[in-house]
Amino acid sequence: MARLRDDWEHSPWRNFLRWLREGDDALDRAMIASLDAPAPELREETAPEAPALPAEEPLSEKRRRRLRAIYIALSVLLCVGIIGVLVRTAGSLPSFGGAENPANNEVSRRYIEQGLQETGAVNLVAGMILDYRAFDTLGESNVLFAAACAVMLLLRALGWREGGTELPGHEPHSDIILQKISMVLVPLILLYGMYVILNGHLSPGGGFSGGAVMGAGLILCANAFGIEVTRRFFTFRTFQLVSLFALSFYALSKAYSFFTGANGLHSFITAGTPGRIFSAGLIPYLNLAVGLVVCCTMYGLYGVFRRGDV
Amino acid sequence: MSLWQNIPFVCILLPLASAALVSVLKGKWCRAAAGLVLLAEAALSVYFTVRMAAYGQSYAYMMGHYPAPWGNEIRAGLLEAVVSAGFSAVALMSFFAALPALKRDVEEGRHSLYMALLMLLTAALQAQVFTNDLFTAYVFVEIMTITAAALIAAGRGGRRLLSSARYMIMNLIGSALFLLGIILLYDLTGHLLMPDIQRAVAGLAERGAYELPLTVVVALLTAGLAVKCGLFPFHTWVPDAYSAATPLSQALLSSLVSKAYIFLICKIFCRVIGPRVIAMTGVDNMLLLFGAAGMVLGSVIAVRQEDAGRMVAYSSVAQIGYICAGIALGTQAGMTAAVFHMLSHAAAKSLLFLSLRGLRDVSGSTKRSRLVGAARRHPLMGLAFTLGALSMVGLPLTGGLPAKLNLGLAAAAVGGWRMWALFAALILSAALNAVYFLGTLVELWRPSAEGAAPLKVREALPIGALMALNIAAALFASPLTRAIRLGLSQFG
Repeated sequence: MARLRDDWEHSPWRNFLRWLREGDDALDRAMIASLDAPAPELREETAPEAPALPAEEPLSEKRRRRLRAIYIALSVLLCVGIIGVLVRTAGSLPSFGGAENPANNEVSRRYIEQGLQETGAVNLVAGMILDYRAFDTLGESNVLFAAACAVMLLLRALGWREGGTELPGHEPHSDIILQKISMVLVPLILLYGMYVILNGHLSPGGGFSGGAVMGAGLILCANAFGIEVTRRFFTFRTFQLVSLFALSFYALSKAYSFFTGANGLHSFITAGTPGRIFSAGLIPYLNLAVGLVVCCTMYGLYGVFRRGDV
Repeated sequence: MSLWQNIPFVCILLPLASAALVSVLKGKWCRAAAGLVLLAEAALSVYFTVRMAAYGQSYAYMMGHYPAPWGNEIRAGLLEAVVSAGFSAVALMSFFAALPALKRDVEEGRHSLYMALLMLLTAALQAQVFTNDLFTAYVFVEIMTITAAALIAAGRGGRRLLSSARYMIMNLIGSALFLLGIILLYDLTGHLLMPDIQRAVAGLAERGAYELPLTVVVALLTAGLAVKCGLFPFHTWVPDAYSAATPLSQALLSSLVSKAYIFLICKIFCRVIGPRVIAMTGVDNMLLLFGAAGMVLGSVIAVRQEDAGRMVAYSSVAQIGYICAGIALGTQAGMTAAVFHMLSHAAAKSLLFLSLRGLRDVSGSTKRSRLVGAARRHPLMGLAFTLGALSMVGLPLTGGLPAKLNLGLAAAAVGGWRMWALFAALILSAALNAVYFLGTLVELWRPSAEGAAPLKVREALPIGALMALNIAAALFASPLTRAIRLGLSQFG
């Protein structure tokens, strides 16, 4: 059932050698043929049809080699040239951390001097990314969502539900040592991830880092006990719903804040008392939303790459 | 601030917020939701353009409670309004025109994710148009890169995966160069907001400080975006990506995504670095040379193509060359010509790709030998392809003629070697365009033994609207040019 064909004809190493010898076109044709060939068990139903790339006129072997050598020499020359220019540029930039550095201007001064009063976040970085520049961060969390959607669109196996309840692909043999250690570690990792998320406005951390920790915990769990076990509480539907609620909350609450800010209206969101867990306005909730999206995305990507679904 | 001035904010936030919602809807509901969002988007942006034309000045919109260098802001002027309206109108019509084919190309179970990516792409395009901050631009460039690569790969067949991988690699190189440019620029100026950077850069240029880093920054930003929009020497990903994808992805990629990058180049030249400093670094001359080379060589390669899809894709390379050459002239007239060409090309290129799909359905392939007589078999699509092709050649009654005329006039006003280079490229490229597009048209309209396909209203309506948009670009060329010129004067 495994999707990977391990015969020599389709191995990456063989493709690499072919590329070295024959160039891009041959590699393209081989890859397209192997991608378009149906999985072995389906082979009788649909005949493989390899669409041919536009044929180039054949070059003589000698000429092809000479062209390739010139091409490689020119690319190396170009690379070295660009590296030289960039190194020269880096040498003539303003010195890092110096008092005269242009980055020490009114922008960073206000972040440092008034950030605590204005945003209520003890962690100034959280105040900057989730309050001052929340629009950028809204975009960033949607970058993650876009990446997750892209991978799911391409790799998620569709037909397996009709065939039965088993996920496609193999589950490797689980190791008893891994299982015993995970029993202790997974709850701790998840708890720590939650702590990092919830204290994102008080101490270093936040949604992105805490979400990554939690995602790693889920991946460890799936590794130790198999994806069938994690499927009891995390399926594709979970991924969809959590993403929906987290991203909608982020977008709608920030839309409210942008709208009131731009139109000079009064907003009911206040900074609160800095240092409290319920303070800093929207920041803890936004951290939670970002954390959930990051966690689901990480685990979802892992599941789709490993078994074709979560 | 009046209520209508919130429209740019709604245009960005509406598709962004609906992306997650669309991803959980199934089947026809996700398509209906996506269509509805695109419709709202187009209606709002057109209304916004009308209001902006009467308002007569530009304004900054604060994204949150903190003013600009600290918080985020977007900026709207007449130019942004026109470009945003053009983008959303083309996106709406392409969406409905490509919907019937999409059901055949992408499995039903993957439609909700496809639509979610489409929503994210729409939001990113709008954000790119309205952004006033270089870092916001970069964030949405990332979204555009990821969603575009996924939209290319969606569907069946190995060629799409291969083209998508190639697209991803080339575009990430472009993103990396662009990001490196932003970092260096921040190091030199300490700002990310466009007007603040321009002020700091003008100060640096006056003192003659940091000459080499400034040149490198301009080169990095321009080269990064040139790779991403497929300008001539970096065009290798274009033909595969454009010809292999599903029609909707083709139309959006070739007509909108590459244009958003070009609009970002416009912004960087006019608003971030400033035309004077650009001319000092000499990057504009390089852009002009690459653009002129692209105009000629893109057309030369297009003539050689046996496959009509690849031919249209290579003609994109040539057209991107036209637009970049216009930007590189560095004058108000050149920039106006470039923006006009950008819009007319967006309308024509999506029409070409969408009608080519209809012709493929009645011919079985996009090979030129198989397409003989295809227009007789499917007259609507044949007519649409003809209009698009005539616009590419630059014949009267299409948006292509005023676009090329504007570019020629702008070049004549500049004079010197730039004028002669651009004139030579224009004439050569126009002749080559005429050779391959008119040749294809003659083949398309040969008599065919088979009867004409029946006309379906669901197909005819959006394609007809897109054709009307193309003709409108020609008929209303002078008010549109005036609006762009006015917008550019508010831009700097």
